[in-house]
Amino acid sequence: MTGRKVLMDFEVTPTSHTLEAYLARGGYQALAKALRGMKPGEVTQEIVDSGLQGRGGAAFPAGRKWQVIDPHDGQPHYLVANADEGEPGTFKDRWVLEHSPHTLLESMLIASYALGVRHSFIYIRGEFDLPWRRVSAAIEEAYAAGYFGENILGTGFSCDIFVFRGAGAYVCGEASSLLASIEGSRGYPRNRPPRLTVKGLFQRPTVVNNVETLSNLAWIIGHGAAAFRQIGTPKSPGTRLISVSGHIARPGVYEVELGYSWAKFLHDECGGVSCDRELKAVIPGGISSQVLTGRDAKVLTPHDVETMILDHDALWQAGSSLGSGGMIVIAEGTCMVSLLRVMLRFYHHESCGQCTPCREGMGWLHRIVDRILAGKGRPEDIDLMYRISKANDGTTICGLGDAAGYATVAMLDRFRDEFDWCVEHKRSKYDGNLECRPST
Amino acid sequence: MRHLIPEFEAMKKRLPPGENGVLVLPCLKRIQEDRGYVADEDIDGLVEYLGVPRIQVEEVLSFYGMLRRAPIGRFHLQVCHNVSCSMHGAERLLDRLQSRLGIAPGQTTPDGRFTLSRVECLGSCGTAPVLMVNERYYELQSEPLLDVLLEELGKP
Ligand SMILES: Cc1cc2nc3c(=O)[nH]c(=O)nc-3n(C[C@H](O)[C@H](O)[C@H](O)COP(=O)(O)O)c2cc1C
Ligand code: SF4
Ligand code: FES
Repeated sequence: MTGRKVLMDFEVTPTSHTLEAYLARGGYQALAKALRGMKPGEVTQEIVDSGLQGRGGAAFPAGRKWQVIDPHDGQPHYLVANADEGEPGTFKDRWVLEHSPHTLLESMLIASYALGVRHSFIYIRGEFDLPWRRVSAAIEEAYAAGYFGENILGTGFSCDIFVFRGAGAYVCGEASSLLASIEGSRGYPRNRPPRLTVKGLFQRPTVVNNVETLSNLAWIIGHGAAAFRQIGTPKSPGTRLISVSGHIARPGVYEVELGYSWAKFLHDECGGVSCDRELKAVIPGGISSQVLTGRDAKVLTPHDVETMILDHDALWQAGSSLGSGGMIVIAEGTCMVSLLRVMLRFYHHESCGQCTPCREGMGWLHRIVDRILAGKGRPEDIDLMYRISKANDGTTICGLGDAAGYATVAMLDRFRDEFDWCVEHKRSKYDGNLECRPST
Repeated sequence: MRHLIPEFEAMKKRLPPGENGVLVLPCLKRIQEDRGYVADEDIDGLVEYLGVPRIQVEEVLSFYGMLRRAPIGRFHLQVCHNVSCSMHGAERLLDRLQSRLGIAPGQTTPDGRFTLSRVECLGSCGTAPVLMVNERYYELQSEPLLDVLLEELGKP
């Protein structure tokens, strides 16, 4: 066990995602409680008091985002669940969409009530087929049971929901780009201010929250903010869904109480590094979070228990972040130059091209790392990569450029010797190997 | 696309009234599902039906990786080559597919049966390496499993 559970507190069976099963575990009672017994402002206050932070990457307090919206200002407001889940290494929202879609729907109804939302959206990545079918079926069940539509539960509250399917653009996970995509334009991020909570979808106040962030609401309203704060750490209340992949014995999605020992999680729950190799590095929260060496992360052995916990502050202090919860475990023997090449190929491909440092920088970095791996690296290439990465810092419209720059710098900082070795010897120290197999 | 208009009308039911732009991407995706790609006449029809500028439809078409203006093979094999899949042999899978099908990523076999692509993270990294065949995910793949799959898909 990895501490207390909020979202994965039931047994997954072939029918556990249905409305019937959800009602049997007490589903939609929090909605009734909010609609019948609370004012919209009280719901928002409860979320503020819960200390819930965003689970999409930046850990921004959900309540503070919501407080910008005045549900009674007479204009339409919109709510969008971000189910674009494109950050490499991340597959935890998919767990919610497939196994607990009603938790998301009930939570979105509560949020819509609090924010004065008549029309809400789920933006789901285009490749997700089963998650989309599960969510769509759940929506039909919920409409038939009277949880969506007009006059919900006879309270006079009305709300509709629409599932919007993406079409294969990573950048559309960025909140402003996602809204542009819904509006029927190219998914170009836009500068802030104005904030999306002031001018968002169709120029109206809009809240975009991650699927997991929203899915906590039903529990928080059901049990109360104080109970939620009993879980996790004082600064990072609650749990996080962590999707673990890479060179790990038992990959998958785990719900971890914030504050849980990282070493214990990796070694006891996830079974440790594959093939009995030593741990070389961990990318804690999607490839856009900064890589840590096993030593930095203090998770080399199960005995590192007391030294590093999984919470937002601990990871920030270590120079990285819990990001999107997409944890990638990297064994000894892996070529970090090749790994960075895969990352840069991705950023190069996904840059939307609006900002010069990102558009040109990602392509340039990609070409340099290609050349280093091809044995044509020059001694000054590493410094050049630093310069190009840093040119993105604070100069781009959206977080893609910055994050790609930070991630590159972290790889260079922490594995500098390997990059230098590759330039000097004109080949990868580990023959470009990325796999961890008994034979490699 | 005209025969799809009743479906498009049904979509409007749960959308804020008057915001026709919202339908651009959903309509294009539905058209592609129907025809296999988006043809010139579909764009004409959509511009007329939604009353949006033609350039808006063209821009959307050229922005999103999943939309296409020309037909592809009957089976679209999309292999994820991002970090976690690369760490589990995605490149080996791609090599195998290239040699078995005799095409490079981005190409279609001459019989029009298979199209091969490389794609970024499919959000299924815990069961890497992963590939998609049309809408379906094939997880925890390996070279022997690929051979079985190709046989199922009618690769002689
Ligand atoms: C390039 C880029 C991609 C992003 N992709 C996602 C995503 O797939 N899912 C997500 O929830 N947030 C993503 N985000 C973060 C969103 O912009 C936004 O902060 C988040 O959805 C807010 O929800 P939260 O506060 O509940 O975390 C992305 C950000 C950037 C810059
Ligand atoms: S940082 Fe990159 S992805 Fe983001 S808006 Fe600028 S060019 Fe586009
Ligand atoms: S890296 Fe292949 S599915 Fe995520």
